[in-house]
Amino acid sequence: MSEIAGSAHPSMRGRPLPTFQASAKQALDNTQLRRNLHKATHTIRAKRERVIEEMPDWEELRESGRAIKAQVLRHMDTYLLQLEASVQRAGGQVHWARDAQEANAIIAEIATAHQAREVIKVKSLTTDEIGLNRALAAHGIAAIETDLAELIIQLAGESSSHILVPAIHKNRAEIRELFLRHLNVESLSDEPRDLANAARAHLRQKFLATPVAVSGVNFAVAETGTLCVVESEGNGRMCVTLPKVLISVMGIEKIIPTWQDLEVFLQLLPRSSTAERMNPYTSLWTGVSQGDGPQEFHLILLDNGRTQVLADTVGRQTLNCIRCSACLNICPVYERTGGHAYNSVYPGPIGAILTPQLLGLDQAGSLPYASSLCGACYEVCPVKINIPQVLIYLRGRVVRQKQRSRKWRERANPEALAMRIMARAFASRTRYEQVQHIAQIGQWPVKHGEVIEHLPGELGGWTSMRDLPAVPNQSFREWWRTRQPADEADEEEHL
Amino acid sequence: MFLRALQSKHWKEELMRVALFITCFNDTLFPQAGRATVQLLERLGHIVDFPEEQTCCGQMHFNTGYQREALPLIRRFVHIFGQAEVVVAPSASCVGMVRELYALAAEWFDDQPLLAEVQALAPRVYELSEFLVYRLGLEDVGAYYPHRVTYHPTCHSLRFLHVGDAPLRLLRAVRGIDLVELPGAEECCGFGGTFAIKNADTSLAMLSTKVSSVLETGAEVCTAADNSCLMQIGGALHRQRAGVRTVHLAEILASTAEGSTA
Repeated sequence: MSEIAGSAHPSMRGRPLPTFQASAKQALDNTQLRRNLHKATHTIRAKRERVIEEMPDWEELRESGRAIKAQVLRHMDTYLLQLEASVQRAGGQVHWARDAQEANAIIAEIATAHQAREVIKVKSLTTDEIGLNRALAAHGIAAIETDLAELIIQLAGESSSHILVPAIHKNRAEIRELFLRHLNVESLSDEPRDLANAARAHLRQKFLATPVAVSGVNFAVAETGTLCVVESEGNGRMCVTLPKVLISVMGIEKIIPTWQDLEVFLQLLPRSSTAERMNPYTSLWTGVSQGDGPQEFHLILLDNGRTQVLADTVGRQTLNCIRCSACLNICPVYERTGGHAYNSVYPGPIGAILTPQLLGLDQAGSLPYASSLCGACYEVCPVKINIPQVLIYLRGRVVRQKQRSRKWRERANPEALAMRIMARAFASRTRYEQVQHIAQIGQWPVKHGEVIEHLPGELGGWTSMRDLPAVPNQSFREWWRTRQPADEADEEEHL
Repeated sequence: MFLRALQSKHWKEELMRVALFITCFNDTLFPQAGRATVQLLERLGHIVDFPEEQTCCGQMHFNTGYQREALPLIRRFVHIFGQAEVVVAPSASCVGMVRELYALAAEWFDDQPLLAEVQALAPRVYELSEFLVYRLGLEDVGAYYPHRVTYHPTCHSLRFLHVGDAPLRLLRAVRGIDLVELPGAEECCGFGGTFAIKNADTSLAMLSTKVSSVLETGAEVCTAADNSCLMQIGGALHRQRAGVRTVHLAEILASTAEGSTA
């Protein structure tokens, strides 16, 4: 394997993402994907429920998680400086990167300084967010994914469709084909063990021969300067211990104040993500130790839109996220469309609120609408992000942006018009009752007996597969009025 | 038959003046749910008021992002119902709007007087089943409904209002009913207000699962605390000519052996 650049995520291209509606329509047609996702999400949902039920203090843990994150967000400046000092004290170097471009440039520079033609990578969403693999390829450096699922999608030239299980959309046979093509193996079955062994043989060489590793960060302890990566396969452990140079990239919100706070998150994260009591590998490192592990350590503190999210008092809670993916697994929308429909590194309910805030609502304005507001995501969130509330809030921002737009078409779309008319009708009893009357009388062209089977325009979305009850001739209030005098008369009689 | 229930103690102790919040949706499209609510509450001995100035709680505007447009409707609602002893609605979704999102709206628009009014009113606003079970302490309301019924817990009743099993407790006490459990009951039906139109394809994909579950139960009737979700489920059942109908919880509870006039 030589120059696999890794696919560019649509969200890295700097122009508006395709709408969720359009992408979802495509995804919904993929019946194999539907089946795979249904099975995967339902399995993990059930498992998660079991390991959370056994925790008597789960609600208190969630509240602690939320409170610690709220504390961090409130005093981000202080904690970042504290973290920088702690890491430097332990022999690490700290870099501040305003955006993806700056972060990528720093990483490329470090790798180039060590004459690296290849770097090995721990599974990391943040490096996907900044499009690191592509940026390194431009410098002639190949980034090699060492997480099995990340390796699979890298070989396939695809992008991740799930935060935790990036290749959730692929089956065994497809993986076997990929490995046969790319990994220099003579023969291979599609048994998971054989597939894993093929990947292992390929990766072992890389671990031992590659001088530079890049990782993300799950938690960064400001007090001690300790970085933490949580994983299942052990290849992350190899990456953070074997190479000479380690570069870790973290979104600034990954900070936690003290070592003791880890206790809360190391309980919340594995149970919420893989539905395990404890994940197999938890790697912790503090700066560099002479003669043990990497001898050069760089920490990159990445903003890339986060301070902008932080400045918004309602949207801010989005940064509580510890990337567990519980909200993806429970979401009835994600279960049906899969991750690619969200056109972002961050899919599912959390993606629907994070992506538009990081990229701007003009880029991803359809995402806050990719939810029926069923509330399941909020219920499972280990750090209590009120996702439905943030979705509603962001919808408000999308609407206001359209209303302020210079483009006439944006301002006067049919939805905005209908909403304005209805708001006016609802603001007065007289007008409201008039509209009821108009509906009762005016429905005759579309009414068929008791139901409406076809509606024009955008409303046709409803009647494409559903009937709509016809508007009854007598509204409730009309019934109420007819009954009142009769009742009063009745009462008089009894007297 | 319901005389015994009528004689029970707490009914006599707490007869209330209930302001009916019909919701624009029920008022216009499902008046039978409103009529049933009135009949039920009156049968239980309460006095029902219907403030005729009421229109819409503003949920559709608020949740679709037209929050500025929803604000006058919120103020209007608080003004109309502010003095009520209790407000009861046959809709978990609209009650959720008043109880959970009104305060949020007041905060977002930084309207402190409105926030204070909302906080005073919100605890007195109930969805019908929670009013009956948690406020009045009732389960047996003297209903008779000899049909095979499955209950769909709507998202807003379950996860916003936390009505728990209140509707099921009421249904279990209905005479003649054959109540069957709905598989995957807690999963969203895909309605979601304007979601059903804006993301019609995804909404339908969710709906098809729900409809299969309903059909799997062999029920004649699918009931819920929200006519909006029932319109979604019932819309597909009707289009498929599936032979299963949707009926609001209030209508089942209002039915008696003597026959429902709802």
